Amino acid sequence: MSELAGLLDELARRRLGGEGISGLARMSAGATQEIWRFNLVKDGAETPLILRRAPGGDRVSESAVGLETEAALIGAAAVKGVPVPSVPWVLTPEDGIGRGFLMGFVEGETLGGRIARGEAFAHTRTFLARQCGEVLARIHTMDPGQFPNLRRLTPAELVAQYRDAYRASGWPRPVFEMTFRWLEDHCPPPPEHARLVHGDFRNGNLMIGPEGIRAVLDWEIAHVADPMEDLGWLCTSSWRFGVVDKPVGGFGEREALWEGYEAAGGAPVNRHHALWWEVYGSMRWGVMCCGMATSFRTTDPNVERAVIARRTSETEVDLMRLLASGSMAA
Amino acid sequence: MQDEPRPPEILAAVARYLRDIVAPETKGHINFNVRVCANALEMMRRHLEIAPAAEAAELGRLKAMLGMDGDLLALNAELCRRLESGAIDPAAPAVREHLWETTMAKLAVDQPTYWGYRAALAERPPATETQKVQEP
Repeated sequence: MSELAGLLDELARRRLGGEGISGLARMSAGATQEIWRFNLVKDGAETPLILRRAPGGDRVSESAVGLETEAALIGAAAVKGVPVPSVPWVLTPEDGIGRGFLMGFVEGETLGGRIARGEAFAHTRTFLARQCGEVLARIHTMDPGQFPNLRRLTPAELVAQYRDAYRASGWPRPVFEMTFRWLEDHCPPPPEHARLVHGDFRNGNLMIGPEGIRAVLDWEIAHVADPMEDLGWLCTSSWRFGVVDKPVGGFGEREALWEGYEAAGGAPVNRHHALWWEVYGSMRWGVMCCGMATSFRTTDPNVERAVIARRTSETEVDLMRLLASGSMAA
Repeated sequence: MQDEPRPPEILAAVARYLRDIVAPETKGHINFNVRVCANALEMMRRHLEIAPAAEAAELGRLKAMLGMDGDLLALNAELCRRLESGAIDPAAPAVREHLWETTMAKLAVDQPTYWGYRAALAERPPATETQKVQEP
């Protein structure tokens, strides 16, 4: 038995009232932290669980909220009726496993291509965009006061944060320069009513079944900001998986998303700012991708990192189509 | 002159071996990473085939646009400075065309199946030899 399996076995007996664990396996998803799957053996039955952890106890990135806060966010989201996994245990130093938490395994599909194009989700696609709007409206009722360590950022500060990250990469990208100019020239004002936003609500972080959203995952970059950020991020070109005419994650229409959001009690959607948030989204994903080149050279020489770094150009063609295809760029 | 087979041919053969022979023998995390490796080698094959001519054309455009000499890194950094300061307007036809040509050449190497690239190809009639290479 590996060291981790031994520690989890002990945790299962000491903290979860079980007899032990079985079937520990590392999962391929998750580029920023370790994700493991195993079964809790309790009363002779096996219950699948997920371990998310940072083994060294380190924060995985500057913008991540930390795994304990992520676990607390998931709990607070559940109270608001947001579909999320259960969190049966948050790791403590005595567990010896690092920082992180256990969560219930939710069966379903996260791969954007299958959700956007798969036959199994043909019916789901007829209501999924609206449902995303409804779930986002519930997320945006979460109380930021419960999470004083979350960062509060205006649209201008968000742009500045990614402009700095891009500059730090040290690689000149004229398309990004054009984009930063445009984002600064057209920047929305600070939001009148900032909300707790998920920050990464998109294909890949949504566990989907035929009946719709089963769980909203990956709360690690939640912050307090303009709620339009979450709505725009879901419509960013990078998550369309080839379905050109379905701007919401390759599965739905913007109007359905916005109507679902407003009908579920979300603040009226500022449709004039939608393009800005989609441009911001492409820029943001682009900066996240180009940052992978640095981590590839320094901390994590994994081929996957290198390949993601070279997906930066996908966002450049998206930005060119958004800002330089006609007369709208002015 | 180095001997044949040329690097792109060998890279393509290794990528095929990883994808068709090794990957089916693996599962989970390893399977995922083997396929990532095969894709990376395919990308490097395209880089070797497409980038030299595309980068030479890019360098020529940059020298003409900026009125100065230098290598690709230095001239791209200079273009960035002028875009940031507003000295160069990205909406000017020559600048816009340069940004399009450069972006399309990057996508032809990095992600020729990306839907946004396919859409851009359909929207923009191929203007140069570089872009004609991109069609499969």
